[in-house]
Amino acid sequence: METQEPAIVVEGLRKSFGPQRVLNGVNLRVAYGETLSVLGRSGTGKSVLLKLIVGLQKPDSGSITIRGQDITGLTADELNEVRKKVGFLFQQAALYDSLSVGENVAFPLKRHTEMSPAERNDRVRELLQQVGMEEHRNKMPAQISGGMQKRVGLARALALDPDILLFDEPTTGLDPITAGEIEELILKLEEKRQTASIVVTHDLHGARMISDRLALVHEGNVLLEGTYEDLEASKDEFVARFLKQGS
Amino acid sequence: MQEALSKPNAGMRGLEVTKTLFSSFFEWFGELGLFCGRLARAAVSPPFEGRELVHQLDEVGSKSLPLVALAGAATGVVLSLQTYASFSRFGAKSLLPAVIIHSIVEESGPIVTGLIVSGRVGAGIGAELGSMKVTEQIDAMEASAVNPYKYLVATRVLACVLMLPLLTLAADFCGVIMGWLTTTLEEPMSLGLFFEAGLKTVNFNDFLPPTLKTAVYGLIIGLIACFQGMRTQGGTEGVGRAATNSVVLSSLFVVLADVFLVRLILVFFP
Repeated sequence: METQEPAIVVEGLRKSFGPQRVLNGVNLRVAYGETLSVLGRSGTGKSVLLKLIVGLQKPDSGSITIRGQDITGLTADELNEVRKKVGFLFQQAALYDSLSVGENVAFPLKRHTEMSPAERNDRVRELLQQVGMEEHRNKMPAQISGGMQKRVGLARALALDPDILLFDEPTTGLDPITAGEIEELILKLEEKRQTASIVVTHDLHGARMISDRLALVHEGNVLLEGTYEDLEASKDEFVARFLKQGS
Repeated sequence: MQEALSKPNAGMRGLEVTKTLFSSFFEWFGELGLFCGRLARAAVSPPFEGRELVHQLDEVGSKSLPLVALAGAATGVVLSLQTYASFSRFGAKSLLPAVIIHSIVEESGPIVTGLIVSGRVGAGIGAELGSMKVTEQIDAMEASAVNPYKYLVATRVLACVLMLPLLTLAADFCGVIMGWLTTTLEEPMSLGLFFEAGLKTVNFNDFLPPTLKTAVYGLIIGLIACFQGMRTQGGTEGVGRAATNSVVLSSLFVVLADVFLVRLILVFFP
C-alpha cells in the first residue's frame, strides 16, 4: 500500500444549494485500511459529501485531498485519473440499464485498460464471482432484484482495483439478510484489499459492524467522530437521541 | 377597499411572473451555450467513441427509416392529389411532374423528415438521457472516469447530423415514387416520362442545398434532446417533461431554422 498519509482528507468543506447550506465546514480523514461510516438524519448532506469527494459536485469552499492530491482545482482529465482509483457504489446501484450485468462490470475495463477481450472476460467473471453474481452475467439489470443490483454495482466499483471505496447507503431498502450479506462483502473487501472506505448509512447496527470509526453529521457539521463506544459515551442530546432511535 | 388592495397585488404578481419567465428564458439559452461548449470540447478530444457512434447511427437512422419513408410517401400522395386537382383546372397538367419533384425535394421531404425525426428520436433521446440522469447512471459514468458528454451526447448529436440527410433522401425517393403512382392513376404516365418531364428543370443546386440543410435540423434535434435529457430533474415526472420538451422545442426550432435556411439557400443558390 501507499505511504502513511491519509487516503482521503476533507478540510473545511462547505456546500450550499441556493439559500440552503448543506455542509458547513466538514473535516474528515480516512487512512488506508480504514472504514469510516458517516451517519446522520436524512437531508444532512451525507450523499452530497460523497459526490464532492469524487468530484461530481464542486464545493463552495474547503479542500478535498485524495491520495495526496487536492481535487478541487483539477482539470477534467486530471480528475478522471483520480477517479480511476476510486470505486463508488450508488444508493440505487445506478447500473446502466441498456447493458447486461456482465457489460456493466466490463464498462470501466473497456475504457481504461488495455485488456484483450479474453482477459476482460476473465476479470469480469472473477469480479462477479466475488459478489456471487456470476450466473446472472447475461441478465439485464431490470431482471434482477435490488440486492443483486447492489452486488453488481459493487463488482463494477471494484473493476479498476480502486484503493478508495465510497458506499452511498449500501444496505438501504434491502431485507436484513441481504443487507447482512452486503455488509459481509464490504468487510471481506476491507480485509483483502486494505482500501480506505467511506460508508454513508442510516443503519447504525451495520455501521457498527463494518466501520473502524463513525462520524455523526448534524446541521452541516461533524458533530462527533470516533468509535461506537465514543458515541455511546457522549453526553450530547442529539447523539443520545440518534443512538436510541437507531438501536 | 379589499378590491383596491388586491389590484396592486395582482399587478405585482404579474410583474413577478413576467420577470421569472424572462430570467428562465435567458437562463435556458445560457445553459444551452455552456452545454454546447462542453460538447464541443468533448467531441474533438480523443479517444473517440466509434462503437457507440455506430450504435447511435443505427438507432437514429435504420430505426427511423420506415417511419420517414411512410411519411415521405404520404406527402407524395397528398401533393399529387392536391396539385392534380388545381393544375387540371388551369390546364397545366404537363407541369405536374416538375412541381411534384420540386416541392418534395426542396421543401416537403426535408421538413417532413425533420419533424418525424424530432418526434421519434427527440423524444427517445430526451427520455433515455433523462431517465439515466434521475437514476444516477450519468453520475455513475462520470464517477467511472468516462465523460458522458463524449460517450452519450457527442455520439447522439453526430448520429443525428449524419443521418438526417440520408433519411431525407429516402423520404424524397418515396415521395416522388408515390407522387408518380398517384398521378398515373389519374393520368397514365410511365415512370421514365415522369422523371424526364420532372427533372428537366431540376439542377444540382435545387437538390443538394435542401438535402444538406437537414444536417442542421439533425444538429438542432440532437442538441436540444440531449440538453433537455441531461438537465432532467425530479424523477419520472421530470423524465416525461424532458421527453415532451425535447419534441416540442426541437420541432419548433427545426421549423424556425427552415425559414432562415430557405432564405439563405435562395441567396446563395438563386
